[in-house]
Amino acid sequence: MDYVIEMQHITKIFPGIIANDDITLQLKKGEIHALLGENGAGKSTLMSVLFGLYEPDGGKILVRGQETVIANPNDANRLGIGMVHQHFKLVDVFTTLENIVLGVETTHLGVLKMDEARKKVMKLSEQYGLAIDPDAKICDISVGMQQRVEILKMLYRDNDILIFDEPTAVLTPQEIEELMQIMKGLAAEGKSILFISHKLNEIKEVADRCSVLRKGKYIGTVDVADTTIEEMSEMMVGRKVMLQVEKGEMTPGDVVLDVQHLSVQVGEGHKKKVNDVSFQVRKGEITCIAGIDNNGQTELVLALAGIMPSTGTIKLNGEDISHQSIRYRNTHGVSHIPEDRHKHGLVLDFTLEQNLVLQSFFEPEYSNHGFLKFDKIREHAEKLIEQYDIRSGNGPTNIARAMSGGNQQKAILAREIDRKHDLLIAVQPTRGLDVGAIEFIHKQLVKERDSGKAVLLVSLELDEVMDVSDRILVLCEGEIVANVYPKDVTVQELGLYMSGSKREANV
Amino acid sequence: MKGKLTNVVGSSGVQSFLASLLSIFCGLLVGLIIMFIFNPANAFAGFVDMITGGFSSMTYLGQVLYTATPLILLGLSVGFSFQTGVFNIGVGGQFTVGGLTAVLVGGLIDLPSSIHWLVAMLAAALVGMLWAVIPGVMKAYFKVNEIITCIMMNYVGMYLTNQLVKDLHYDRTLVASKYIKKSALMPKLGFDKIFEGSSVNSGLYIAIIVAIIIYIILYKTSFGYGLRSCGFNLDASKYAGINEKKNVMYVMLIAGLIAGLAGGILYLSALTKNLKIQETFLNETNYAIPIALLGTSHPIGVVFSGLFIAYITVGGTLMQGKGFPVETVNMITAVIIYFAAFSLVFKQALGKMSLALAHKAGMDNNANAEVKSSKGGEK
Repeated sequence: MDYVIEMQHITKIFPGIIANDDITLQLKKGEIHALLGENGAGKSTLMSVLFGLYEPDGGKILVRGQETVIANPNDANRLGIGMVHQHFKLVDVFTTLENIVLGVETTHLGVLKMDEARKKVMKLSEQYGLAIDPDAKICDISVGMQQRVEILKMLYRDNDILIFDEPTAVLTPQEIEELMQIMKGLAAEGKSILFISHKLNEIKEVADRCSVLRKGKYIGTVDVADTTIEEMSEMMVGRKVMLQVEKGEMTPGDVVLDVQHLSVQVGEGHKKKVNDVSFQVRKGEITCIAGIDNNGQTELVLALAGIMPSTGTIKLNGEDISHQSIRYRNTHGVSHIPEDRHKHGLVLDFTLEQNLVLQSFFEPEYSNHGFLKFDKIREHAEKLIEQYDIRSGNGPTNIARAMSGGNQQKAILAREIDRKHDLLIAVQPTRGLDVGAIEFIHKQLVKERDSGKAVLLVSLELDEVMDVSDRILVLCEGEIVANVYPKDVTVQELGLYMSGSKREANV
Repeated sequence: MKGKLTNVVGSSGVQSFLASLLSIFCGLLVGLIIMFIFNPANAFAGFVDMITGGFSSMTYLGQVLYTATPLILLGLSVGFSFQTGVFNIGVGGQFTVGGLTAVLVGGLIDLPSSIHWLVAMLAAALVGMLWAVIPGVMKAYFKVNEIITCIMMNYVGMYLTNQLVKDLHYDRTLVASKYIKKSALMPKLGFDKIFEGSSVNSGLYIAIIVAIIIYIILYKTSFGYGLRSCGFNLDASKYAGINEKKNVMYVMLIAGLIAGLAGGILYLSALTKNLKIQETFLNETNYAIPIALLGTSHPIGVVFSGLFIAYITVGGTLMQGKGFPVETVNMITAVIIYFAAFSLVFKQALGKMSLALAHKAGMDNNANAEVKSSKGGEK
């Protein structure tokens, strides 16, 4: 059998952890090979070894049958290996075309010759169905477009082994669909693709074979066509996982959050990001705000949290909090799992225990005449670590930055659920997490509901919307276009509401 | 053994300390090279003078402590603001107006000697604090970059000081302010007996007390928790309900207060210490940022980096005895201090090195230890 890439018995050790333990990965020419594993399973490390970012401590790499040392990304590039990173490496103020040729510019006597480059880029873009505007600046185009630019960058460099590191994490459902088509097209043209993911549906749809890693160890490689999603998830997690959310009937109570005619305007003369939105969230109910990304969800949530100025009224348990400070809202019943856990949820350079009191450090429980009660903070952290199974090398004193994404999210979840609250706002709480962590978070949300809290869930994932929520509000261009119950609506219908092609009469 | 070494080098505090030592070493080395270029015959002797000078007599040791006092305070002012994400580049102005206030209160007002110095010193601190109000308000409520407003305030402070000295308390022959009254001198507290002939005074105690207070504020109080939180991640802090605008104001006020205090203490330490009419910023204020960086902005680190810079400065003046003109001396001390600011670069390099060491150690032990520790961590 001919393999374009063979990684044999790769071992990579970091202080305190073996990230890759004797891992073998074989990539056939022209296949889409998925690399599946939970967060921290060692997928990214393995790819970094292949891309020349890390030097392996053991094992060897064969490229097209030749044993090769890949010392840096330039070596990888020479061997035709390209990578689309999870966080794009693009220059915001350059145009698409400039970004694609950056580093391999064609020049004549030191002067840029962009014409040839443009021709080649346009040809590639046509050949692989990657429509782009070569003269648009990166900061003006959508995330999906930016990803296409990254793919074109690889193709422009004549790479034929393409690594996609969790490419769908940042995309909307429609963009994911397009990306799947693009990947299939690339494979059909003879490119070999390594697709790193923990989303089983996507792997099932697009991949030919799938190698599974768990806690740094190689579990096995399967043919995707002959394997069920349940089997793959069991290989990944090491136990059976409930992919369906188990929950009973809801028993809604009093109104907790009452939003009337809320509007948010960002900058003068721009369209309102949130336009005259009114809705209620009741006790014992998970209300979900569904919609395509960038349709006002972020602004709506920031207005509720008090970070963005808004017009209209926001009532919490009957009290008007529209003009109250962020801290007032935090301490009077609003808990909040933010969209971007690194930017808004955690102070990454603080320890875990410090992060767990981020909104409450000044309260008498943790502070005595202005002095922190370190023993109480430690106790609090140990309690939450135990209760929510937050894992980190050094327990409460672990720096948050050094924790895995799933455990960071668990820490935020633990902090927000533990705080005294009546309303939990959870914005894409499962984004970028693996199946095990998603299951855990969904369970916690349902538990919150069952204990009589009001839950406002904002999600872009239709599966999550349909499975977890009790009531769905669809947001489209800053307006609520539907207020429906999951049992009364199909995914297709939701898609129509989300794209703005359909609107409920009574909202 | 190697594993232990890895652990030690791996800790961030030790890395900061080693990095500071390394940058000092490199600075000294480059200083020595420069001395060889200018005066090869006396280079080594001069270098030894610089390195040992501070300890060569009690007077010089006293001078080191005296020089260190305002440097420590200025380093604290800058380091404190750095830790909270604010860049107080305005110590130049705050220090100068503090000095001016001390000279005016100490020279123009009659008060009993038990409180005269205290009143002058506190007035200096207060005016230094007021000088920081404008950058603070501009940053907190109008989102104007504090670096720009601070630099502007530095120039305003310098020229205003020149003008007010000329108008109110000027000695033509000295081209400087008149001397302050004896009653306004900082108490010596016996320092003049131990370190005869030097100007070291109770200001040193004040500097160290301020360092301890800043340490307690930053690491032990909920106020400091909020400040550091804003320094690390402003967005998350805002989200968590911390009032970042109020914090910026507090930080600027405290930093300005400390810088003003530094100016007050310096100009109340000796009768001969008068405010010169000049158009450049004082060395003390130029050294504030490197001192903060060398001390990794940590209050205790800043005390030691302030002492070191003072030591080098005093040692440098001794080199003049070996035929180095004062310009060369200033250049050499400047080079050493310049390198001090590189400690962050060295820290990064050390971090990489410790990672590499850890890998090697892991290979040697066949990773047994690592497996155990990682399993322990997972539990």
